[in-house]
Amino acid sequence: MSAAGERAGCALVTGASRGIGAAIACALAADGWPVGVNFRTSEDAAGATVARIEDRGGRALALRADVTEPQQLEAMFDTLEQRFGRVLVLVNNAGVRADDLAISLTDAAWGEVIDTNLSSAFRATRRALRGMIRERFGRVINLASVVGPRANAGQANYAAAKAGLIGMTRTIAVEVARRGVTVNAIAPGLIDTDMTADLDGELLRAVPARRAGTVEEVAACARFLASEQAGYVTGSTLYVDGGLAA
Amino acid sequence: MSTAVTTEQVEKVVTESLATFGADPDQITPDATFEALDIDSLDLAELSQIVHEQFGVELKGSDVAEVKSVDDAVQLIASRL
Repeated sequence: MSAAGERAGCALVTGASRGIGAAIACALAADGWPVGVNFRTSEDAAGATVARIEDRGGRALALRADVTEPQQLEAMFDTLEQRFGRVLVLVNNAGVRADDLAISLTDAAWGEVIDTNLSSAFRATRRALRGMIRERFGRVINLASVVGPRANAGQANYAAAKAGLIGMTRTIAVEVARRGVTVNAIAPGLIDTDMTADLDGELLRAVPARRAGTVEEVAACARFLASEQAGYVTGSTLYVDGGLAA
Repeated sequence: MSTAVTTEQVEKVVTESLATFGADPDQITPDATFEALDIDSLDLAELSQIVHEQFGVELKGSDVAEVKSVDDAVQLIASRL
């Protein structure tokens, strides 16, 4: 049973034009949620995600916004809520990488990754919680990573942001638990996407499952965490990593 | 908008909100403390949100931290109308 059928609200997936975000948007739409498909630059890809959802009888709206810009983030929420009602499922998925060894990692590369992967997720969560606590229902799903809990040379910024997301997830989860709002993280390992195309090789050999995961395998976990049945799961981090972090 | 709002209306919204947060309606009197009503900081954050929506009054976390009783809240909100 999905939660969407009984509630007048919608889902928002940041960074949903491609990869894991697009797959999650499609999975939530399949559960009956109208979905906001956020993108920053890839308008065509976001349009394709919306078309995929609509072809299967779902509802979706492409929303251009740079999530690191608070005004754009706020405007995106307003637009989506006018169309589909309160955001009751928020998936903080938008993320970037700017890898380098710490010794030569620039302030700009540090800041960009922390802003996009961590600070924007906080702002979006703060915004969405308003409606969720009033509704006595909400699902916040933060896309973390095995990198953070686990080391990955060249990704000090990314690891800090993703570990930060897991810490933020736990604390916000306890703040809002008694309002029926759950906050969880998903920590994907090596998933076959554009963003990881240059990563396999050495990392792949470290994966016990001996293969990269698929975006659908990550999306299935998000679909569960967004569901009514997952109401008692909060503050947790679900690893989807073929055993990498085990 | 603000000129039309009375202290009684504020009191009504505050009282109704506290009841939806789980406070016993019989215990919600002007003198009742939030501690006695088992109203916590998240409840007060939600109350601030409701007050903002209904009356356009912006309450910050630091304002609300000083509020201990139902009447404290009503007077604070009424003073900002």
